[in-house]
Amino acid sequence: MSKRLHLYIGLVLVLIVAGAVLVSYLWLPFAPDDTSGGRLAPPGGDHLLGTDKLGRDLLTQLLIGGRIALGTALGAVAVGGVLGLSAGLLAGFATRWLDDAAAVVLDILIAFPTLLLAMLIVAGSGASLGTAILAIGLAMAAIVARLVRVLVKQVLGRDFITAARVAGVSWPRIVLSHVLPNIAPVLLVNLALQAGLAVLAEASLSYLGLGTPPPNASWGRMLFEAQATVLTSPVAAIAPGLALVTLVIGMNLTADGLRLGVSDADR
Amino acid sequence: MLTVDSLTIRDQAGRALVEDVSFSVAPGDRVGLIGESGSGKSLTALAVIGLLPPGLTATGEIRLGDAYMVRATEKLRTRVRGKVVATVFQEPLTALDPLMPAGRQIAEPIRRFRGLRGTALRDAVHAALDEVRLTDTDRIARSYPHELSGGQRQRVAIAMALACRPQLLVADEPTTALDVTVQAEILDLLDRLVDTHGTALLFITHDLPVAARVARHTHVLREGRIVESAPIADLLARPAHPYTRTLVDSARRFDAALGRHLS
Amino acid sequence: MTSPALLSADHVGYSYRGGSPALTDVSLAVHAGDNVALVGESGAGKTTLLRLLLGLTTPTTGTIQYAGSPLTRRNLRDYRRAVQAVFQDPYSSLDPRHRVGRIVAEPLRGLGLGTDPARVAAALDAVGLPADATTRYPHEFSGGQRQRIAIARAIVCNPGVLLADEPVSALDLTTRVRIVDLLASLCADRALTILLVSHDLGVVAELCSHTAVLEHGRIVEQGPTSTILGSPSHPYTRRLLQSVPRL
Repeated sequence: MSKRLHLYIGLVLVLIVAGAVLVSYLWLPFAPDDTSGGRLAPPGGDHLLGTDKLGRDLLTQLLIGGRIALGTALGAVAVGGVLGLSAGLLAGFATRWLDDAAAVVLDILIAFPTLLLAMLIVAGSGASLGTAILAIGLAMAAIVARLVRVLVKQVLGRDFITAARVAGVSWPRIVLSHVLPNIAPVLLVNLALQAGLAVLAEASLSYLGLGTPPPNASWGRMLFEAQATVLTSPVAAIAPGLALVTLVIGMNLTADGLRLGVSDADR
Repeated sequence: MLTVDSLTIRDQAGRALVEDVSFSVAPGDRVGLIGESGSGKSLTALAVIGLLPPGLTATGEIRLGDAYMVRATEKLRTRVRGKVVATVFQEPLTALDPLMPAGRQIAEPIRRFRGLRGTALRDAVHAALDEVRLTDTDRIARSYPHELSGGQRQRVAIAMALACRPQLLVADEPTTALDVTVQAEILDLLDRLVDTHGTALLFITHDLPVAARVARHTHVLREGRIVESAPIADLLARPAHPYTRTLVDSARRFDAALGRHLS
Repeated sequence: MTSPALLSADHVGYSYRGGSPALTDVSLAVHAGDNVALVGESGAGKTTLLRLLLGLTTPTTGTIQYAGSPLTRRNLRDYRRAVQAVFQDPYSSLDPRHRVGRIVAEPLRGLGLGTDPARVAAALDAVGLPADATTRYPHEFSGGQRQRIAIARAIVCNPGVLLADEPVSALDLTTRVRIVDLLASLCADRALTILLVSHDLGVVAELCSHTAVLEHGRIVEQGPTSTILGSPSHPYTRRLLQSVPRL
């Protein structure tokens, strides 16, 4: 089963990043603002990956960037998941004109580029990690809501829902015991994919200067700062790039592997 | 016309879904394949037309006209599918393009294989619709599949299948999804059309009375193997294999229950 | 037909909002011990009538009566204890994520009848499934066994009426015979009366003593099955009978 392999590799990649982030809370090679290493020191010695152009330890920066990347992923999935699931459930149960209206609104929201939405929100309330997470989460909510709406409609059309109604089960209980468990596998796959996209979106925002403000090192911001010196100290660009790719591929492979759970029980 | 010799179909795990199946269809003949779910009857049909789903492999030999379908290239199979063999499935919606009016769907194979254009093509389409007893051919030709009833769709699918005058028609449960009265009409239609054109028919069904209505020589499949082969009348009168007997007895139960009430 | 009807539709009409009427002036009664067949083409209104009889939708005109009183929101729970259902597609009617034990127990919990595992075991036994089926999932069972599970769920609360919507048409012929036998034996052993929706006149003839023919939302004729099948008076019924492929 190659899907199983995808799941394992994906989880390992994500866990490597998550493990490093956990370690960073207990131990960092240097203080984040320690510039004693000198500017643009090459890798080796005390500074495993060298230093950046302000003299800060790159490994330290990378670990802190990892906190932000994972934090964004979790935060955005939480915001997008909760809002998207609630809105999608409501739309899934809506009938007639209300349902049509919900579908149109969601389509418009989805057509709106995530980055543009994020920029608007950031422009309104200033750049911070919180706004970035909120913006990415809101954009995700629209996508999740549309998916949930379709999934809910599919489940509601199945005879076991009618059977539950005939068995006297109330609507709230039908949602809890029949609808949610049946949409969960597909929803999980989608959320894992969205987590990877959220990491990328945060990196893009920070790269554009709209995400995490300095001095906090987001991977996107590190890439931006390494841009000018990419020929003299390539590690400063390669390291955050590689970290970003590892985490995003890890999340995508996990998502792919989770599809196992979708096909399994549905027949 | 069609010769299937020791056909075996395996899935990725190497499990045999169809095993050592051999039969043949002579020109103008009507052969039935009867089986319940999991008998491999539909897979056999798909192998004959060279459309096995990915992941399944066929061994043995299927000779259709002068093409060997198991070994043939996809290009050759496609050519054979239009000219030599045509198919009607249980759900006509799977055979019809939802975004194309019925008339154009019928025109497509006629243009490709009979080379007709313009008015001649238009007339051929109307003749094809007429032939499957669809009145109001103008309206039907302009309709999209979802605007047609189940029976009308199946008629369009049959018109499409027979438009190029294939030598063999493979019908896989063509009436299972239809109402009883519509089923009777479609069976009559198939009956008449294959007779008029001398088309050979490979009729696949789980329904014994339906098979009795259209098929002659019949093979009973169970778990991928042919357990009994005989003319349908003999199968019904003197089933030899225990499984065939169960099948015939089951059908007779309902038939008899109905018969008790009829005057 | 002197005994009062268990369940009846009295002059029932139903129109989908903005649509033409799906049912017009339908009257149909189910008497204890007298299985009723509802026969008709797809689109004739069988499913709509069934939804009304299941209390899932309220008729636009007329009433559904149970044991002499009209069905309302207030007595819906009592009604459901007495009227249960089996559906056509046993792949769609069982939640793939629930174990069989939970599936069969659903009406007990939903209708406030407790959670006695003995009742679930008894229901499974009545449909010929082993007691250890409770810990397994639907996908571990064949189509016929799944339909048995669905029947077990329907009879677990000892209803008087079973509304069966094409309960055997998705099954293989040999399985069909066994499920029809099962339904017949349940009627005999459990004082169960079936309202059967079916297009298969053989099954109708086997199970039902009363037959109603529905066409375009109206009942065009009804009466004893032997009369309806033996000397049909309506042209549609005659056409239907001529269409049945015989052996």
